[in-house]
Amino acid sequence: MKRIKTVETRDLKASVKTGGCGECQTSGVANQLCE
Amino acid sequence: MIHQYKLNGYNIVLDVYSGSVHAVDEVAYDMIGLYGTCTGDEIVAAMLKKYGDREDVTEADLRECLEDIEALKDAGKLFSEDEYAGMAFDLKKRSNEVKALCLHVAHTCNLNCSYCFASQGKYHGERALMSFEVGKRALDFLVENSGKRTNLEVDFFGGEPLMNWQVVKDLVAYARSIEASAHKKFRFTLTTNGVLVDDEVIDFANREMNNVVMSIDGRPEVHDRFRVDLAGRGSYEKIVPKFLDFAKKRGERDYYVRGTYTHYNTDFTNDILHLADLGFTQLSMEPVVCAPGDPCALTQEDLPKLFEQYEILAKEMLRREREGRPFTFYHYMIDLTHGPCIYKRISGCGSGTEYLAVTPWGDLYPCHQFVGDEKYLMGNIWDGVTNTALRDEFKLCNVYARHECDDCWARLYCSGGCAANAYHASGSITGVYPYGCELFKKRMECAIMMQVARAEEHE
Repeated sequence: MKRIKTVETRDLKASVKTGGCGECQTSGVANQLCE
Repeated sequence: MIHQYKLNGYNIVLDVYSGSVHAVDEVAYDMIGLYGTCTGDEIVAAMLKKYGDREDVTEADLRECLEDIEALKDAGKLFSEDEYAGMAFDLKKRSNEVKALCLHVAHTCNLNCSYCFASQGKYHGERALMSFEVGKRALDFLVENSGKRTNLEVDFFGGEPLMNWQVVKDLVAYARSIEASAHKKFRFTLTTNGVLVDDEVIDFANREMNNVVMSIDGRPEVHDRFRVDLAGRGSYEKIVPKFLDFAKKRGERDYYVRGTYTHYNTDFTNDILHLADLGFTQLSMEPVVCAPGDPCALTQEDLPKLFEQYEILAKEMLRREREGRPFTFYHYMIDLTHGPCIYKRISGCGSGTEYLAVTPWGDLYPCHQFVGDEKYLMGNIWDGVTNTALRDEFKLCNVYARHECDDCWARLYCSGGCAANAYHASGSITGVYPYGCELFKKRMECAIMMQVARAEEHE
């Protein structure tokens, strides 16, 4: 039986290459949205 | 690094460095807890001993679960390693672009709240209003120093900004007039105590302000304990009808009813629910930050009750969502799929670098919480940032600068916390404010639990 369910999340390690544009709002950081 | 916790019937495992979230049953929860310190055979034996009387727990099943754990580890979604430490110290090399200003348009206030960090709006100085000329220069400074960034933010702050309302309107008009030629998009926020709100303010703000922060502390007796006028009279009856009208007319645009809770209302969830029952749907309630000896200061003895309150709030919000009458609570609004990238999570709020506060006379400070502390004067809007050493200090003020955070599971959610709170608690902007950490972690556990609950309900 399946005992582990993984909730969909943004891959932080992938964001090393895709992130950093700086267009998001200044900031709680956790509740910011990527823009 | 992982973090495991149980809340509201859910067993949750967070993988800190990948950002992964796993909802597991109690068997997998225990197995993950033993993983790394026990062999596979030892884990299976321990589980058979603990759960062996259950039909669904067999050796084959446990071996399969162990394989799932291994697969998640191999995929970088469990027990992943920190690969970001080197990036944190590259931040000193980052550009000096500014993208947000907090304009202190009024260092004066028509309320006299004793818990106010801004010393009743005066920031430990003289009363002052920002002139249009200073505000205009501040906007030009922002445009000139924002590089290629399109989105620029300007917060009209105080004191009470409505005490300088004409200047606010004139500055918005000026900003709009230069947007196209500068290839910028201004987003304005207004923070107000509500005393001077009228139809004209509402109409203008609902046209021009991307967000409005309305200060209400909750139940009438809670609000009126601190939020009094200069004659000592409570302001609840005066402001709540205005704010209800404001919020209703705001339609789909963002607003926040933002309260402060203190040692006197550690049952603050009742204040949040009071605001929700009044009809407000976008809420925020923050712990007071003040000197430890202050009668309104939160104490260590308060913490268990505060934790319980955050849990009660999360469960009640889920219940109301299911009943079709939802409201939002700022700290529970995390988006696991479209949240911040790793650069944002490391660098934090941007105070002293991409976010600056401007006093009524044009001085620059790292943020609104440092205004009035001359040690943190960074420059002015005519000469720019002249204290570049201080700016460099803030560039490196991130979660990796705080060794107290090395083993903390929440480090990439809080980014090291608030520099001003750390400074006031420890004397250093790279210190920590442990009390705030405890509250933050509880809020994050609740927020993530709510996302897990929603994901399960949508299955």
